[in-house]
Amino acid sequence: MSASQARFSGVSRLLHWVMAVAILAMLFIGIGMVASVSERYEVLVAVHRPLGIAILILVVIRLANRLLNPAPALPATMPSVMRLAATASHILLYALMFVLPLVGWGMLSAARYPIVLAGGLQLPPILPHDIALYAWLRPLHTDLAYLLFATFLAHLGAALFHGLIRHDGVLGSMASWHRTIAPSVRDGKP
Amino acid sequence: MRGGTFVKLGAIGAVLVGAAALFGLTAGWFSPGRMTQSRMVADFRDASGSQPGFRLNHAKGVCFTGTFQSNGQAVPLSKAAVFEVGSVPVIGRISLAGGMPFQADKPATVRSMALRLMPMDGQEWRTANVNLPVFVVNSARGFYDFTRATAPDPATGKPYPTQMSAFLAAHPETVKAMALIKLAPTSSGFADATYAGLDAFRFVNAAGESVPVRWSLVPLQPVVAESATQSASADKNYLFDALIAEARQHLLQWRLLVAVGEPGDPTNDATLPWPGDRRQVDAGTLTVDHLSSEATGRCADVNYDPMVLPSGIEASDDPLLSARSSVYARSFTLRAEDRMAKTPSAITPRDVQGGDSR
Repeated sequence: MSASQARFSGVSRLLHWVMAVAILAMLFIGIGMVASVSERYEVLVAVHRPLGIAILILVVIRLANRLLNPAPALPATMPSVMRLAATASHILLYALMFVLPLVGWGMLSAARYPIVLAGGLQLPPILPHDIALYAWLRPLHTDLAYLLFATFLAHLGAALFHGLIRHDGVLGSMASWHRTIAPSVRDGKP
Repeated sequence: MRGGTFVKLGAIGAVLVGAAALFGLTAGWFSPGRMTQSRMVADFRDASGSQPGFRLNHAKGVCFTGTFQSNGQAVPLSKAAVFEVGSVPVIGRISLAGGMPFQADKPATVRSMALRLMPMDGQEWRTANVNLPVFVVNSARGFYDFTRATAPDPATGKPYPTQMSAFLAAHPETVKAMALIKLAPTSSGFADATYAGLDAFRFVNAAGESVPVRWSLVPLQPVVAESATQSASADKNYLFDALIAEARQHLLQWRLLVAVGEPGDPTNDATLPWPGDRRQVDAGTLTVDHLSSEATGRCADVNYDPMVLPSGIEASDDPLLSARSSVYARSFTLRAEDRMAKTPSAITPRDVQGGDSR
């Protein structure tokens, strides 16, 4: 198959894996905190806000990096339906990574909660104090988070499908830390 | 396809189902016994019925604006800007406990005062206080069970006696707290009530020293004992109407007294009082200068979340703080969603007569 399947740049891989951990943590923290009334709630909220802003900053860096270091081409052997699915799901992932923190920041602004990152460090509101706006943004934040988790599952499933079944080097292009891609991947043999 | 491919597909499926299951587990979907925001909300709604657009608890109330004039005496305890000498604007709310927005005023119903203090540096302090010497429960579970135990029987309008005795048997801390509450005198109205924070917090000063504190708002108005003729009034808003009338005659003021805890004083149990001889620091004076209905006032869109704290005030290990913060957030969201339909206020603008109390 794709003997020449190129890898993502080192910076791209670093950003991907740092953000993968951050976003997964964020999804579990988010869904866990709204289901908690124990002391855990405060701890999780205190992590959720700054981590969300960190993800927002990282996704901006990542978009810039994507323009500087374009993703390697998908293997020529990939059917066009799979290519379309790959492109669409990546656009969706990027959009959600960017929009979810902004909706979070916006909904806290509309509710006039102070947006405390740590200690005395606060972010300014980005929307007016408007409870109707909050009523719209708050459920949107949860719905988009569910969508992001579902997209993550599809992404994980596709990555494993490439790695375990198609052996086309797509998984290795992001998941391999070796200096060169393993021969089995390169040769497309199981 | 070879058999191996099916095994691999199965393995991929198992990974995905496992990840989704872990997510559901975190969300509490598989643990019906867990205390969650939704279950606390359902508990309130069972007790009070669904009251769209109103707060889940303390549903009947009025807004006020005013100022907190700090005298600087709390600066050695806390670095929060609200305690520096000067004046801070306040958006507040005075209310009755309970989820029923149209309940008749009664002397024994818990009265409350919530404050949003907004110093120039943007480090807000929100606090909700009630006219009790101690709280009736010390945990989220306790509050949940207490609400269920005191919910009225629809047939008689009174709590089921067996439920309450079963609750009290399981919660000796509530028995002790209720005895203390019974001993405390009830004042004639909102204006002469003392409102206490009950939960302990920690004050942190500029040197980083942290002390446990409990605060209360003590009226400068002379305290008049509650009388039977008052509560016999046919006016179901008699407490609110008296407050509105009094605010029209003169400024209403409270002193913010901060009790400084000593080692061994309980900070994680709001049913336990602190010894009466604890040092009390008079931090300043709250002045209420304008009352308004929730339909026009600025308090309706505020969540008086006790965890909105400035740098210099921190939460203690009291589990009620997290519980309140979490459930208030959910209540606020539900109210916002309901408010898309209507703007509720039990005390109408007409009651407050155009909102002008001066």
